Formats: sequence, C-alpha cells, structure tokens
Amino acid sequence: MTEIRSETPAGGTPRHSRRMTGPPVVGRARATACVCQAAGCLSAGSDRVFERVTEELVSDGVTDVAVKRVGCLGLCAAGPLVEIPETGELFRGVEPENVRALVDRLKVAERMANKPEREPFFARQVKIVLENCGQIDPENIDDYVARQGYSGLTKAVTQMSPQQVVDEVTRSGMRGRGGAGYPTGLKWATVAKQIATPKYVVCNADEGDPGAFMDRSVLESDPHRVLEGMAIAAYAVGATKGYVYCRAEYPLAVQRLKAAIHRAEKSGFLGVSIGGSTFAFHVELRLGAGAFVCGEETALMASIQGGRGTPVPRPPFPAAHGLWGSPTLINNVETYASVPAIVRKGGEWYSSIGSGKSKGTKVFALAGRIVNSGLIEVPMGIRLRDVIFDIGGGIPDGGTFKAVQTGGPSGGCLPEELLDMSLDYESLVAAGSIMGSGGMVVMDDTSCMVEVARYFMDFCREESCGKCVPCRVGTTQMYLLLTKITEGVASLNDLEQLEKLGDMVRSTSLCGLGQSAPNPVFSTLRYFRNEYLAHIEDRVCPAGVCPVSIKEPVA
Amino acid sequence: MAVRRRRLRLGHTAIRCRLRFRSAGCTRPGCDQPRVRRSRLRSAFAAQGVVGPATTDLRPCPVVLPEGLAWIVTITKPPTPSDDKRWRAVDARMLRLGYSPDALIEVLHTTQQSFGYLDDVALTYVGETLGVPLSKVYGVATFYSLFTLKPQGEHTCVVCTGTACHINGATGILAAIRARFGIGPKETTPDDRISLVTARCLGACSIAPAVVFDGEAKGKQTPAAVVATLEAL
Repeated sequence: MTEIRSETPAGGTPRHSRRMTGPPVVGRARATACVCQAAGCLSAGSDRVFERVTEELVSDGVTDVAVKRVGCLGLCAAGPLVEIPETGELFRGVEPENVRALVDRLKVAERMANKPEREPFFARQVKIVLENCGQIDPENIDDYVARQGYSGLTKAVTQMSPQQVVDEVTRSGMRGRGGAGYPTGLKWATVAKQIATPKYVVCNADEGDPGAFMDRSVLESDPHRVLEGMAIAAYAVGATKGYVYCRAEYPLAVQRLKAAIHRAEKSGFLGVSIGGSTFAFHVELRLGAGAFVCGEETALMASIQGGRGTPVPRPPFPAAHGLWGSPTLINNVETYASVPAIVRKGGEWYSSIGSGKSKGTKVFALAGRIVNSGLIEVPMGIRLRDVIFDIGGGIPDGGTFKAVQTGGPSGGCLPEELLDMSLDYESLVAAGSIMGSGGMVVMDDTSCMVEVARYFMDFCREESCGKCVPCRVGTTQMYLLLTKITEGVASLNDLEQLEKLGDMVRSTSLCGLGQSAPNPVFSTLRYFRNEYLAHIEDRVCPAGVCPVSIKEPVA
Repeated sequence: MAVRRRRLRLGHTAIRCRLRFRSAGCTRPGCDQPRVRRSRLRSAFAAQGVVGPATTDLRPCPVVLPEGLAWIVTITKPPTPSDDKRWRAVDARMLRLGYSPDALIEVLHTTQQSFGYLDDVALTYVGETLGVPLSKVYGVATFYSLFTLKPQGEHTCVVCTGTACHINGATGILAAIRARFGIGPKETTPDDRISLVTARCLGACSIAPAVVFDGEAKGKQTPAAVVATLEAL
C-alpha cells in the first residue's frame, strides 16, 4: 500500500522496498546524481533513467557515486532532469536509452568549491517553500529530517506556547497563499480563541485552477513539509485532527502523501505525544473527485463530510463553524509549507522578504507559451517582466508576448503594458486580476483573447455547482454570448449585454466561483477590447483562431 | 448476514456512535426490546438534543447491566450483493473507515477502482452499509465528474483541457480523436475498446498538451501521435 524505502541491509535484499534502490556506495559518495521523480519528468521516463544510470554504474564497477530519487527540480519542460549537486550541473532531457554522457560525467565529477554561476532561471529565485524540492527524496523521511525537517515542529511544541506560535506567524505578515490573501496570523488567532472543541485543521490541496501545479509539485517533492506545517498550525490553534483534501487527479501526490503520513506517524512526528509533549495530532487524507468548486472552503468541508460539494453563505465562517460545526482552520498547501521555516527562523526574518503588504515568497507555475515552463519561487514584489523574460526565458519560436493569465478562471489577463508592475496582492487586484494560487499561463499572438475568455467561461459554466441562479444561469448565458462573438454573429448590443450580465453575476453569486467567473471577461474587455470589436464589427479574428476567420460559423 | 456487536456506555462519547446500519436493537438475552428502524432512532436521538455527524439512539435496556453499560446494540451489515471478489476491497475500505457516512466519497472511489464504474447495485449497497440514503449517494455520485455510472471501455484516454494544454492545442487532439474514432468526451467507442475522458487540469502544464493513456501520462502530444498511440493500444 505505502511504499517505504528501506536501506539495503548488508549482504541482503531490502525487505520493504518494492522499487529499485541506487547503486551500493562505499563510504562517502564523491558525486550524486539527483534524478527528478516528479510527475512531469516521470511522464518523460525519468524512472527508467534512474534504473539505467544505476545499472550502468553497477556494471562499470563504480562505487563512489550515489544515485538518488528527488522531487521537482523546477525546469519541468526540459525533463527528464538530472542534477549533480556537487558540481551544480544540470542535465536536461536525459533519455533512458542514452545515459552514457551522464554516466561518464559522474565517473569524474568532483566536488567543486566555486560552482559556476547558475542560469537566471535558478539564480533569480529565492526558495523557502521549495527549499527541499529537488534536494531530498520525497519518500524518505530521514532526508527531510537531515535538512532541519520537523525541527520547527519540535521547537514549537517544546519551547513555545500556542500563543507564541500564533504571534510568530502574525509577525511574519504572511497572507494566505490560496488566492484571497487573508492574513494567516489573523485566521489562526480567530480559530485559536474559539472555545468549542474539537477543532480541525484542513489543508486545501484541491488545486483546481487549470494551469496551476504548485501544490502538486510541493506534495510530490516535499510532503513532510506540509504535514509539519499542519502539525504546527494544529498546536497553535488547539486542534487534534487534520484533513488533507487532495485532488484525485494527482495520483502521485496522493501516494507520496499517504506514505509520508504513515512514516511521520511511525517516527513520532504525528500521532500522540509529538516531540515528547502532550500534544497529539492525527492526519487523514481525503480525496476529491473532480469538482472545481470544492476548492471553495465551505464546499470543501461539505465534500470532506461526504456530501455534494456545494458552498454555503458565510458567515458563519469556518473558523467558528466548520467541519461538523466545529472551529476549523483551512489553509492552502503553500501556506502550510511556509510555516516550518517561519517557526524555525522567526517571523521577522520572513517579513524582511517581499514588499509592502505582501511578505515572503510566492511559488508560481509558469506554463503556456514560455521557454522555461516549470515551477519557480520568487520574492513578492518582483516585476512581472523579470518573471516572464529573465526567469521564464521569454516566448519560444520567436513569438510575441501578448498576455499573461494569472489566477486561473477567477483571474484575468494582463497585457504587455503591465509587464513592469510588481507582483503583489494589491497590484494584481488593481490591474483586474488576482494572485490566485499562482498559475501563470503566458500567451503569444497565436491566442485569441475572446476565445480565451470563452474558454474560461466554459470552464465556470461546467464547474458551477448549480446551487445559486446567477452563477448557474449567468455563466451559461455569458458563454453563449461569447460563443456568438467568436462565431462572428454578434452585435454591439451583445457586448453591452455581456458586460451587464457579468456585473450581475459578479455581485449576486453565492460563492467565489460565481463572483469571480466574469473576471477573465472583464480583464480581456479592459485590455483587449479591440479584439472583441474586430470580431463584432469587422468579422475577423486577429489571431486566426476563431471560426469567424474562416467565414463559416460552426454550430 | 454479518453481525457486529457494539457496546455503548452511558455518558460516554460512544453515545455519539454513528448509526451505521439499517436497524439496531438490544440483543441482551432476556431483553425483548424490539429492533428499531434507523429513521426512528435518528429522530429519537435528535429529540434528546444530541447532535453528531449521524447519530443513533438506543433505549435503555431493562435488563440489569454491568455498571456503566447502558445499551447493547446489534449492528447488522447488509449482505454483500454477490460473491464477486471485487467486493472484498470495498468491504475492507468501509471497515477501515469505521462505516462512517462521511467516508462516502472515499468508498465510492474504491468501488469505482474495483469495478470500473458505479452501478445501481453498488450505489445501493454502499449507501445501505454506510447509512446514507440512496438519494444522497446518487447525488454525490453524479455531482463529481470523476465518478461514472456507465461501464468504461477497455482502454481509457484522458485528454487534459487545462489552460496550458488548451492554448497548446488540446482542441486539435480532441478533434483528431473524433475524426478517427467518432467519439467525443465521456463517450466510448461502439466496440467498447476506448473511452475518451477530458480532465480540467492534470497539473502537467509544463509538458502541455498532456494526455493520459491507461494511467500513463504523456506530454507534448500532437493529434497524429495521440491517434497513433490509441490505434496501437
């Protein structure tokens, strides 16, 4: 059921391991090949790369090179990736059939005192949440503990009072990483002061935004970090039971999380008397089943309780009336993953990173028409241009940047004029988008913005739970209007109607899904109105995507 | 019919024991307390002001019981629908989750993994065993897009239609599959060989467009490559 990695006993075969281990290493390894085992690289065959490298090294009789499975190395587009940390070299696109160059390099690689300067993709990043990603074996708890893992939890339960933990998080100025940016310390304090028991801690790992994969990578690469953050949160607010609500679309993350919970319980980091104290905390994993709306906190709680994921109006907020009517703390994966570092190094340290009211770092998932698509972590307040052109490497195939979509179906599209804006909660909202969970989909001139708006409206229409009328009917009508525009059969009245309807859906829907569903339409109307007008007045699609261009509307 | 015995202690948290099965009654020898239907138990319990996820009430046993012991309940599990070995995984999962009604989604996942889809028999059985009305089970099974009430083909092909895959050509892949096999999303070929499903985002955006063939994810796909892979399955 759970895959547990055991060290090979001398002269024997591993008892628990169902997977291949690296080559036997005598003494201290001279070099290590860290083979990425996150979903992106695995789909390109990185598990076979691991096996092939191991076989080659064994058949060549090399005994001072270790081969290790690690989590996401970040540059997912160039997988399978293999890193040699001793020299700082990164091998891209290593094919299982052709590992000779890598093996030859491993044979002679020596630890270098002065590593060559890394490319901007890595050099510009500041890693807190991702500090262990690509460094540790996600299925080996000892690896995590060796990098100060669970020391934050131990510090919290042995040296700090729950109130001190809450204060530390408040001092850090961290805001919820799930999208809305509610101050984390405030939320914790609200739950902590509730008298009712039992209390629950919930981790929202239902990363439904299309184009976002931060939570998946964190859970696949460093699951213990999330568990540690949850345990610290539980200690701070006085909860004894935690739930991780994860999407079923992430089988690898689910498998690693299961294994991590099992190992952490065996090692005494979860369960009863954690760190020798009286604090007890149990974590249970709950799977979603493909409903986007379950990322909304009240819908998520309904789903954990085994029901249909339909939201309920707030207040009462989950902090007072959550799972089974008990006070419940709900945070995102990334929020929990930041907590261990805050407790370990202090809130002051964390608040020294970032800008203005947005402290710390944010993980973004770069995807779409961008060279270095993958996972990055940057300080808040960095310029959008730096993210897309320095770190992301710009647009491939000589394309022209057109827009970047942030925040998924609840966010908006930012045009080229806004490339110099700083990435923080306030600036993004002012520009008509949101931070969201951190997905960034870059589009070039082959994408039609009306079509993109229609795509997101189609998404919201399908994912609407159907409980409230504005969302259920409004999104469908907006979708039909957008379809009309893309087919070149719309009039200017339709555009006016679209705006009116969007305004109504935004102000009258029950939950965040409906309230933010018109955002992609509004932001594209704000920055790319000329494209809408081209569809309506000139009956052409500037990008040549919509059926209007080929003059034959499809039914 | 499997019979499980559970003792409830007065004033103990076990009073909030969830009502799991169809009926409950006292099995103490000499006690003629009639077996009570679940609906009546629930209302009786609510009348006492005790709330819980799903609660049961049992009347005090008139027979003198050892100190602290208030009631004895027999919990009856409905019989497994058939001798099919695949039910074992479902039963094991329900037992592990303590027959809790909250575990409905988890159990439906296991059932679908075992059988490939959820039919009426499975929905009824799971509902009765967990003490969840069939209407609610059906509601949950149809609400979530991962659950399917129809049998699936021999092979499953999941095409990701997330934003990154969309702008990198997922629409073209779907069109190519429709042109070659004549099926759209959530459809199965007439020979029951291939089922086509779309996913909202597989989180494999950096290798867009992504397609999953029988659980194996492949990135950077083209319409021609997908059709070729499907033909070779």
